[in-house]
Amino acid sequence: MNDPSKVNRSRRNLVIAGAGVGGAAAIGTAVPFAASMLPSERAQALGAPVEADIGQLAPGEKLTVEWRGQPVWIVRRTQEMLEGIKKAESKVADPKSARKKSELTPEYARNEYRSRKPEYLVVVGICSHLGCSPQDKFKAGAEAFERDWSGGFYCSCHGSLFDLAGRVYKNKPAPDNLRVPPYSYLSDTRILIGEDKKGA
Amino acid sequence: MAAAEKQPVTGAGPLNGLLTWVDQRFPLVSTWKEHMSEYYAPKNFNFWYYFGSLALFVLVIQIVTGIFLTMNYKPDAAQAFASVEYIMREVPWGWWIRYMHSTGASFFFICVYLHMFRGMLYGSYRKPRELLWVFGMLIFLCLMAEAFFGYLLPWGQMSYWGAQVIVNLFDAIPIIGPDLAIWIRGDYVVSDATLNRFFAYHVIAVPLALLALVGAHLLALHEVGSSNPDGVEIGKKKDPKTGIPLDGVAMHPYYTVKDTFGVMVFLLVFSIVVFFAPEMGGYFLEHNNFIPADPLKTPQHIAPVWYFTPYYSILRAVTEEFMWVLAAGVIGMAGLIIWSVERAAIKVAVAAAALVLLGGFYALDPKVWGVALMGLSTMIFFLLPWLDRSPVKSIRYKGPITKAALALFVIAFIVLGYLGTETVTEGRTLAAQIGTAVYFLFFFLMPWYSRIDPCLPEPERVTSK
Repeated sequence: MNDPSKVNRSRRNLVIAGAGVGGAAAIGTAVPFAASMLPSERAQALGAPVEADIGQLAPGEKLTVEWRGQPVWIVRRTQEMLEGIKKAESKVADPKSARKKSELTPEYARNEYRSRKPEYLVVVGICSHLGCSPQDKFKAGAEAFERDWSGGFYCSCHGSLFDLAGRVYKNKPAPDNLRVPPYSYLSDTRILIGEDKKGA
Repeated sequence: MAAAEKQPVTGAGPLNGLLTWVDQRFPLVSTWKEHMSEYYAPKNFNFWYYFGSLALFVLVIQIVTGIFLTMNYKPDAAQAFASVEYIMREVPWGWWIRYMHSTGASFFFICVYLHMFRGMLYGSYRKPRELLWVFGMLIFLCLMAEAFFGYLLPWGQMSYWGAQVIVNLFDAIPIIGPDLAIWIRGDYVVSDATLNRFFAYHVIAVPLALLALVGAHLLALHEVGSSNPDGVEIGKKKDPKTGIPLDGVAMHPYYTVKDTFGVMVFLLVFSIVVFFAPEMGGYFLEHNNFIPADPLKTPQHIAPVWYFTPYYSILRAVTEEFMWVLAAGVIGMAGLIIWSVERAAIKVAVAAAALVLLGGFYALDPKVWGVALMGLSTMIFFLLPWLDRSPVKSIRYKGPITKAALALFVIAFIVLGYLGTETVTEGRTLAAQIGTAVYFLFFFLMPWYSRIDPCLPEPERVTSK
């Protein structure tokens, strides 16, 4: 019993069991701390849809609306801009919006213009790479980042390019097209962003 | 009792009695001797050996100025920007304390980068100082975290979008990424919740870790003793009578005096920057950060602060086309390792790991690999003690291959750092990709080139003019 070279098995087992139970309790205690860092109830509740009035939007102009803390762009595309989208077809990585469909492109936007109505583009203005908000480069022509530019958005953070349908160019850091949020037309001049009502 | 056996303290005049009282209850004299008056450091330290003590000095500046900044700063998205401006304009001497803190951040990195470069020059990470180097690297990682969290606090445009980009890096991790990013932010976008928690990390969590690691770094240093520009162990040649290394001098007074001189020169340079160029032309405090954060609009040109730009360039360099270079690199490395090692099990494991990586290159977005490579570029320094197989430690006795490799690495690091501050063009992306390749080849090929490099013999004793 008092031989120091001999391990007292039952005591050793008690130590092991104690350490196990104590360790489990310590890990259990860490859970509430980690969970306290998740979005609070208030942050979760702030996801309500917002309404945008596009009555004043001239052709070729962009309107930015804040939805869930993110910029949502509404661009009234001209005929020229729509033709630019067709021209970009071969340069974009995912022309048919086939990637991550359910997440990025609602059913009604899975067309070449990625919108309900060809005239109006509605996208979340956050680059799919690392979350910068790209800049407007609507004018077609030669640009430093693309010799034969047909109009779209340029993300200066890491050089990603998007056409005027929010489709990402090939061989750029951004992997995906810009996200089309759920939206619906309340009338011809009012868009509800964040909810797609049936029949609109 | 041990207390009664201790010799009374002598030589402190009227304080002898007090110090004796303390010493009998606390290891005062023994600690002082072990770490200062009888800690022997090589006598041939040169210029490069200033930066360890200077980094410690900057840490003190940051802690002191930081405490005073928290007295007026408000970690609230609605008030943060204004509270910093309040400190700058209305708090007496607030501008001075704030500029010391912001300039101190950049000087911290200058000192730490030069301190690390010293380690690379003279092989300070080599056996038995591997753990010392690992502690140092952990300090470096903590310092990067500290700088990143602190940069959000002024809640300017660069604060906001910088945090947005860095937190979104975690979003790239397969499967758990998106939820992890939400957990880090505490919201779906960078918001008040993010600012508030980053404040907690910046003022208490990371500094505690940093101080503990600095303690461990110093304890490890004093356990193994300092290396020196010749890379020879002074402990091998001791005075037979006293047991003191022949090439060693006591930390105090010799190096305490030398380091005090270093601190004075440092303060001169530091003060010039604080008083005359605290923004350093946009490198220390970026111009866009004088605009309050706007979640709807990214500034035209965003770049991290200079000390993060080399890694940021590496992140940007990984495009779809660059994945082929990466794949070729992995195949080449695997071939080289398989050809070099003897054991069949290792050969199989390396081949399997290479196949997994190649599969991953194909299956996952280049974005994921950009993030992975960026992470690796900051972590890879950890491996230096094991990658360097040279028979000598110091650059003084290393051969031309190692010298050229180190020079190329330094050039790549600086070029990547410069490119990271600039916008993207095709030419710059190509330059960043070449820089990235050089950066990693320096480390990955080291086990081979450091071994075949013709080195000079190390001297028996340290050399000095």
